[in-house]
Amino acid sequence: MKFEKIESKIAVLPIDNVDTDQIIPARYLKSISKDGLGEGLFRDWRLNADGSPKPEFVLNKPEAKGVEILVTGDNFGCGSSREHAPWALVQNGIRAVISTSFADIFKGNALKNQLLPVVVPADAHAELLKSPWAVVKIDVVSQKVTLPSGRTVEFPIDAFSKTCLVEGVDELGYMLQQDPAIAAFEAKRVGSVNTLL
Amino acid sequence: MSQRRTIVEKIWDNHIVTAQPGVPSLIYIDLHLCHEVTTPQAFQTLRDRGLKVRRPDLTIATMDHSTPTTPHNLPILDLVGKAQLDQMEKNCADFGIRLYNLKSDKQGIVHVMGPEQGLTQPGMTIVCGDSHTATHGAFGALAFGIGTSQVGQVLATQCLLQQPSKTYAIRVEGKLQPGVTAKDIILAVIAKIGIGGGTECVFEYTGSTIRGLSMEERMTICNMSIEGGARAGLVAPDDTTYQYIAGREFAPKGADWDAALARWRQLPTDHDAEYAHALTLDANELEPMVTFGTNPGMGIAISDNIPDPASVSDPIEKSDLVKALKYMDLQPGQPLKGHPIDVVFVGSCTNSRISDLRAAASIIKGRKVSPKVRMLVVPGSMQVKKQAEAEGLDKIFRDAGADFREAGCSMCLAMNGDQLEPGEYSVSTSNRNFEGRQGKGGRTFLASPLTAAASAIMGVVTDVRTLL
Repeated sequence: MKFEKIESKIAVLPIDNVDTDQIIPARYLKSISKDGLGEGLFRDWRLNADGSPKPEFVLNKPEAKGVEILVTGDNFGCGSSREHAPWALVQNGIRAVISTSFADIFKGNALKNQLLPVVVPADAHAELLKSPWAVVKIDVVSQKVTLPSGRTVEFPIDAFSKTCLVEGVDELGYMLQQDPAIAAFEAKRVGSVNTLL
Repeated sequence: MSQRRTIVEKIWDNHIVTAQPGVPSLIYIDLHLCHEVTTPQAFQTLRDRGLKVRRPDLTIATMDHSTPTTPHNLPILDLVGKAQLDQMEKNCADFGIRLYNLKSDKQGIVHVMGPEQGLTQPGMTIVCGDSHTATHGAFGALAFGIGTSQVGQVLATQCLLQQPSKTYAIRVEGKLQPGVTAKDIILAVIAKIGIGGGTECVFEYTGSTIRGLSMEERMTICNMSIEGGARAGLVAPDDTTYQYIAGREFAPKGADWDAALARWRQLPTDHDAEYAHALTLDANELEPMVTFGTNPGMGIAISDNIPDPASVSDPIEKSDLVKALKYMDLQPGQPLKGHPIDVVFVGSCTNSRISDLRAAASIIKGRKVSPKVRMLVVPGSMQVKKQAEAEGLDKIFRDAGADFREAGCSMCLAMNGDQLEPGEYSVSTSNRNFEGRQGKGGRTFLASPLTAAASAIMGVVTDVRTLL
């Protein structure tokens, strides 16, 4: 699947350090497939104990229907390495998260699941926080975000991840093609454990 | 080459398979640790694509996250959790991977089992689908947590595509005062730099205090590197490291040992090598630490008061602190010491090794757990459990009214049925105090095994120095 542009209303969750236990609590991690993980998204912020929705939570508002971009506070996705977090976001239609920074493991996991982590400068972030439900455009190819004011800001993405998203490159397929180099490395390798001994 | 390198750069250079412009470096992985929660979808990818595990001899699995801590010969009542454990058995059998299952006397938390078996060795690259993989950095290994897609990539290719990390020296100098432990050092570091402070970095813990720590204490510190946002954390190997490894099952033997030792001695950071960031901490000034909020950076010395949002200027930071105090139902400006608690948990990959259990038992011995408190002691592995029983620690805990259980992650992340009830407060030796981490609505104060044990006795958050 190629991933070039997003144009969507933004949902704003102005909280720093949103951890992966909030994005999807551990009790949803017992599944052996990816199916149905979307139900666990922000479970304890989104729903009451009896399963009824909390109307004040941003993704429960009527405007949130069809939203593809989430704007959050700094250091989004910190904590556990669970890839269930991007899986749950994607299963709820989120295609990009905009913040001032992301936790490393979450960022890597997101990029492998067609979920775009977008880091913007503080002033652009401040504008977005003040513009819930405004329409924002993200262009992956030119690495630009068009803010509600019409101003555009650039965002960083490493060249390889960008190619994988835009061209639909299969990362594992690419790695398997490196087999000769891997075999050559293994032939020279010294000092190793053997877990099967 | 005259360039001075840090240990992180040396390990990195030793593992580059290919480095091409525009593509992250392809890095070889020496050891892949697996557990039941983050691997099923990766094995499914291998099946879907008709792939094999490239190096089952560099891969090992255990069961820890979903495992009950009730006796392992009893039937598992949680059928969803059981299905995950059954799938792990099947995946390891189908792909030829050694598994320490619930019947094995080597089963345990993946980050306790690896070092204990001598699998974790200096200079290695080690990965696991678990953010606390940095624990293995205590041995001078570059060890980091990965997602499930990457678990699949490592299973299939024994490699990862990685960008180099920035280096971050954390120097701890001086002598720890009585009652102050490795856990207090790392909680103080995280309180200082914040939970995003180490993003894109690898911490190297150094300085006289770190040199004086045991391997288990170093593991506690490296374990929580992710809580400071770092990709990994490590300590350069020294004689303490080599003495710990020697003679363990997977440690090199004979001439291989001598060759390994010669290689390992080359690893420490060169004199005058430069780091991108550095922080120095004075161990003499540290007190026992405890967290009050909903992330591990929200920590204070036990004699300090809970911070006041009124003193915070950044609007999001302020509202986060207000939100945390509301969730925890705590008042700003008040001491945390003396706050009533319901549960004490001694366990997790941070603090469930034999020295942690000995520390907790030293406080518990001859005393009783407060009748208001439920105390769980969960050894990190079946080997730790066996050792604790040989030393009579199980009896000390049980005589005091605590519950001494089977090995696993248990109440650190509450996947296995060991959990807090909504509104309950715990003092926990684990690594995360996120909302609901130990059970929906539960509230966690992170602390050392000494502080946890003292709090269990008194029934309130306690300064352990009053019981020494």
